[in-house]
Amino acid sequence: MLSEMFSFPFMVNAYRAGTIVAVLAGAVGYLMVLRQQSFVGHTLSAVGFPGAAGALLLGLTAPLGYYAFCLVAALVISRVHHAERSAQAAVVGTVQAFALASGYLFVVLYKGVLSGTTALLFGSFLGITSTQVVVMAGVATVLLTALVILGRPLLFASLDPDAARAAGVPVALLDLLFLLLLGATAAGVVQITGSLMVFTLLVLPAAAARELSCRPGRALATSILIALLVTWTALAVAYSSPYPLGFWLSTLAFGTFLAAKAVSRVRA
Amino acid sequence: MTAALELRAGALAVGGRLLWSELELTVEPGEFLAVLGPNGVGKSSLLNVVLGLRQLQRGEVTVLGGAPRDAVDRVGYLPQRRNFDPSVRIRGLDIVRLGVDGHRWGVPFPGRASRETWRWVRELVDDVGASAYADRPIGQLSGGEQQRLLIAQALARRPELLLLDEPLDSLDLPNQAAVAQLVSKLCTERGVAVVMVAHDVNPILPYLDKVTYLAPGGAACGTPQDVITSETLTGLFGVSIEVLRASDGRLVVVGQPEAPALHGDRHH
Ligand SMILES: Nc1ncnc2c1ncn2[C@@H]1O[C@H](COP(=O)(O)OP(=O)(O)OP(=O)(O)O)[C@@H](O)[C@H]1O
Ligand SMILES: [Mg+2]
Repeated sequence: MLSEMFSFPFMVNAYRAGTIVAVLAGAVGYLMVLRQQSFVGHTLSAVGFPGAAGALLLGLTAPLGYYAFCLVAALVISRVHHAERSAQAAVVGTVQAFALASGYLFVVLYKGVLSGTTALLFGSFLGITSTQVVVMAGVATVLLTALVILGRPLLFASLDPDAARAAGVPVALLDLLFLLLLGATAAGVVQITGSLMVFTLLVLPAAAARELSCRPGRALATSILIALLVTWTALAVAYSSPYPLGFWLSTLAFGTFLAAKAVSRVRA
Repeated sequence: MTAALELRAGALAVGGRLLWSELELTVEPGEFLAVLGPNGVGKSSLLNVVLGLRQLQRGEVTVLGGAPRDAVDRVGYLPQRRNFDPSVRIRGLDIVRLGVDGHRWGVPFPGRASRETWRWVRELVDDVGASAYADRPIGQLSGGEQQRLLIAQALARRPELLLLDEPLDSLDLPNQAAVAQLVSKLCTERGVAVVMVAHDVNPILPYLDKVTYLAPGGAACGTPQDVITSETLTGLFGVSIEVLRASDGRLVVVGQPEAPALHGDRHH
């Protein structure tokens, strides 16, 4: 069955893209959960929807729209980042609602892709082009390199901003860089999971990993591993079943999360 | 010998409001200074000035013979009241380690250097008596246990000047005494200069070399015997304050000005 599956170029591309996205989502997702920025992450992903729909409306490719909108949204959110937390949540929520509304509008205006709306929202493994994979790989290389360089100070600033600032860590700069990192990651992940299902890869593997290890390095590696296993399995199952990829991704990811919870219960 | 900390005719304004002025401070290596005063008077802000995170409006500050920002590597800092969220699943050891190398770019790779660092971290944790629970997720520790680990973090780079913002805050009486003793040992045995912000002077009174009382607009500095007296405090705050000495040597300050009374100009 495997050899049959990989005889289709679209499945090969789906696996390539899925692998890249899983590694990124597992790593960046772990830090996002640690920083309690899941809501921001969700909004950045939601913004991908009007981004892709708008790009298609203008005759451009969807990935261009994803990256442009997610990064701009990250910059917008960083502007209010220093405001009070409650004010920030309100702004982030507003951005999210506005994004979904304008995405819907774009889809209606561009009558042609109405059938593609489901894919934009809930993900699809069909039709991932080789160009798309190359772009994803390039972006992922830049992001992972950045993550390795920022490594320790980013962890310090995430856990303990006051102490980090006093130790000379540029906390405000790291806040901004992480938002951009998260925006670019979300733009990559939505291309597989769709705008509404990003959490299956961005949050659940990280949350599961957190249950399994409380050492940052190990938990991060575990998060990546879980994201990879979930993605690979979901792609194979979606290929041979009538149900959509998003369904399998979320079911598997949620199952893994519950299992990890159970394991940590038993251990404690 | 250069002083660890020197402040000349210092005045600080935050948000356009003058907090204190005419502040004169000298802390020599090995000296233990307590900073006292009502809520909102600018005690934490004073520490921020020493860290170079806030600028004096007037006057001059010298830290270990230079500008505050040039001394970050040689200054340890314990921010005020940090309790980690119960959901933070990172070991106490990892939090302490951030104090050692959390400011360095990159990620630590396993090897000799890393093992050395862990040995130093264990030693730090031992010194503050936190070994029994340093392996557990910090979010699940009590406030006092967290505080001990954070003190270990502040000591991680063998500071010559240690700034502690209400370190006794969430501790019970025996632990207050133990931490006070630990800090005074650092002064006498390792020659560390300590500036401790405190609300209750009694647990540290036996070890103090100097006291600074901050009041809106002014300040009084000197030995505890000189500063914590009815005359000095009444003169400083402009309201009648009585200092009583209990038979066990404990000081009781009666009629201590309440924060709201000092904040007529503060808007909410
Ligand atoms: N970032 C800020 N912007 C505006 N005002 C601030 C800021 N930080 C502190 N303040 C104000 O400066 C004053 C001094 O604050 P600070 O935290 O130094 O007081 P404190 O003496 O440490 O009080 P506490 O005993 O409650 O810890 C307060 O009135 C506070 O509201
Ligand atoms: Mg304070």
